[in-house]
Amino acid sequence: MQDMNPDDIAGTYREYTLELYKAGTRTILVTDIETPYPDGRLIVSRTDPTGIITHVNRSFVDMSGYSEEELIGAPHSILRHPDMPPAAFKDLWDTVEKGETWQGYVKNLRKDGGFYWVKATVIPNIRDNRLVGYTSVRRKPSRKKVEECAALYPTLF
Amino acid sequence: MPYLFTVSPDFTPDHLSGWFIFNTWLQRALSEAFHLELYDDFQSQREAIEADKVDLIYANPYDAAMLVRDKGFTPLVKPIGHSDEAIIAVSADDGVTEVEALQPGVRVATTDDPDVHTMGMIMLEPADLNADNIHLETCGTYVLVAKKLVRGEADVGIFLDEAFNDLSSMVKNQLRILVSSQIQVVNHVLMLGPTLAPHADTLRKALLAISDDKKGQGVLESLGFTGWEVVDQEETEFMIDLMDTLMV
Repeated sequence: MQDMNPDDIAGTYREYTLELYKAGTRTILVTDIETPYPDGRLIVSRTDPTGIITHVNRSFVDMSGYSEEELIGAPHSILRHPDMPPAAFKDLWDTVEKGETWQGYVKNLRKDGGFYWVKATVIPNIRDNRLVGYTSVRRKPSRKKVEECAALYPTLF
Repeated sequence: MPYLFTVSPDFTPDHLSGWFIFNTWLQRALSEAFHLELYDDFQSQREAIEADKVDLIYANPYDAAMLVRDKGFTPLVKPIGHSDEAIIAVSADDGVTEVEALQPGVRVATTDDPDVHTMGMIMLEPADLNADNIHLETCGTYVLVAKKLVRGEADVGIFLDEAFNDLSSMVKNQLRILVSSQIQVVNHVLMLGPTLAPHADTLRKALLAISDDKKGQGVLESLGFTGWEVVDQEETEFMIDLMDTLMV
C-alpha cells in the first residue's frame, strides 16, 4: 500500500511505520485533529474475502478524506490508526473468518492524518453457502465508550 | 383461487386507496386474479408469510431476510428515490438540543415499524441509550407518537421521515427534530414469491413501463411514487447484510 503523503496532511504530524495484516508495511503520518462523527449517518463498505475494498458509500468517502477511486481496490487497513492495538484487528479477523459478526470501537485514520472514532460492525457475506466478502457498517459511538477505549487500547500493545 | 398480494403495514393512510388501485392495475397487467390483504400489524403479516399464504409483497426491509433467504422470494423493483429514513424528535418546548443530552430513563414513543425503530434506536446510541435503560412505548401510528410528545407523555419520538413530514403543520410546529438519518440504502422492495416466479419477467417489464401511459401514471400518483426501478438479488442481499449489522 502507498505511504501517506506529507502534502496531504493538515497541521504538524508524527511519522509511524505500521505492519498491516495481509498488506505489508506502510509509513503513516498522524495528527491530533479529530473529525466528529456526523449525526444520523452510517459509513458502509464492503470488501472481498481478503479485505480489499470493493464498495464504499458517500459517508465513507467524506469521513476518510480519500476519493472513491483511491479506496476501491485498497486494503481496508488504509484506515488503520497507530493507536489501535493489533490485537483488536486479530480478534476482528478471527471472528469474521469463523463466519461470526464482530463489533467494536475503532479509531480510524484519515487521509489528512486526522482521526475519527466509530462503532463498527463487520459481518461475513454468505451467498449460496460461500463466503464472498464482508460488509462493515460504522455508526456514531457514544463519547463515554470512546473515552473508555482511548484509555484501554494503549494497555493492549 | 386468487394470488395474495400484501403491503408492509407501515404505509401511510393517504396511500391506502392507492394500493387498491395498484392491485387492480396488477390484475390487468398479469391477467391473473389478485386479492389485496392488508394486515393490521407486522406480526400477523409475518405469520401469513410463514404459512406460505403470500404471493406478492411490498416488503419492509426488516422482513427482506426472511422473505429472500427463508421463503425464496425474488426482489423485483423499488420505488425511485424512496429510501426509508428515521427522525428523532422531541417536543418543541423541550430544552434538549442534541441526542447526547438525553439521559437513561427517558420515555421513547415508537411504532412497531421494524426498520424505522431499528434506525431510531441506533440514533439514540450516542447517548448510551438502549432498550434496557429507556421506557419504550409502542404506538399504533406515527400520529399517536406525535400526540405523546405534544401531551408530554413521552420525551422522545421515533418517526419515519415521510410520516413526520405528513403530520399537520399545527402538530409539527409543536415538535423539534433532534436528528435525521441519512442512510439512503434501506428501502421497501416489491417481492414476488415462488408461486408467481413464472410471471417475474412480465411483471417487472410492466412495472418499469407503468409511467408510459396516463392510467399507469395515475396509479403511481395514488401511491406517491414517480416510478419503479429494478432491484437485483445482490442489491437486496446487500441491504439484508446491512440490516443484519444494525440489529447487532
